[in-house]
Amino acid sequence: MSDTGAHDVSKHIKTYMIVFAGLCIMTGVTVWVASFEFTVAMGITVALIIATFKGSLVASFFMHLVGEKKSIIWILILTAFFFAFLIGIPLFALLDHTGTPT
Amino acid sequence: MDIPYTVEPRPDTGLYNAKLGIWLFLASEVMLFGALFSSYILLRLGATDWPAAGSILNIPLATLNTFVLISSSVTMVMSWVALKMNNFGRFRIWMGLTFLLAVGFLIIKTIEYNAKFSHHIYPSDSTFMAIYFTLTGLHGLHVIGGMIVMAYLAIPGAGMWKTEPQRFTNRIEVVGLYWHFVDLVWIFLFPVLYLL
Repeated sequence: MSDTGAHDVSKHIKTYMIVFAGLCIMTGVTVWVASFEFTVAMGITVALIIATFKGSLVASFFMHLVGEKKSIIWILILTAFFFAFLIGIPLFALLDHTGTPT
Repeated sequence: MDIPYTVEPRPDTGLYNAKLGIWLFLASEVMLFGALFSSYILLRLGATDWPAAGSILNIPLATLNTFVLISSSVTMVMSWVALKMNNFGRFRIWMGLTFLLAVGFLIIKTIEYNAKFSHHIYPSDSTFMAIYFTLTGLHGLHVIGGMIVMAYLAIPGAGMWKTEPQRFTNRIEVVGLYWHFVDLVWIFLFPVLYLL
């Protein structure tokens, strides 16, 4: 987006406002959904799906990832891979039943 | 010697150097917060008992803080838009609003912390409170870091607008990317700590 002209930028203002409204609505939905009687696993899944959607809006439009250079996209793909591995470590630990009485 | 590629993009990356630099920094930040989230998952799944966050933490205040931080992301991107449209006066207004919203976020966070301390609730009380203070404290430090850079760019660093306007605009884009990341982290912290 660094090479964007003044005329192009002015067209983005409406998009920013729509994204802002979307983020506010999704925040309300997050709080509303949390009042449901979900199981822990279901609650975590639903909350993270909504948070991921909100995060995608911020990254795509406010951080201009839509239409960004490939070099940045590749950096983020690599980061996402290692992030997923990092988050997966506790799940591997959960699957490891070593020492658990059978 | 001038620093190269502060305005024009590097031929191999297609980006000016500061932009590549901030994205690499943000990648390292993802791993920092990722490690803490990973620890949270490990501790939570291994816990025999976990407190209901709603009974300890103030959800309405945290919801308000979410709106404050989302609003600050909008004002930040609007400050960059103002510079792109060659309107420095409007840039200062939007950047000032972003700074004030950041102050508002910290005030609300301080109210929350004070409520905990006045009830003698400390990080040493439980695993949950230790995670709560670590994650929100680290996030709060990032907010303060962003405010320092914003204040510098809005007042003493703003002189660059007269001499090198494109480079100054790029600086605002870079601090904006950092600020949106701070917002993004909170978007995940809010449900994980307050609602689950």
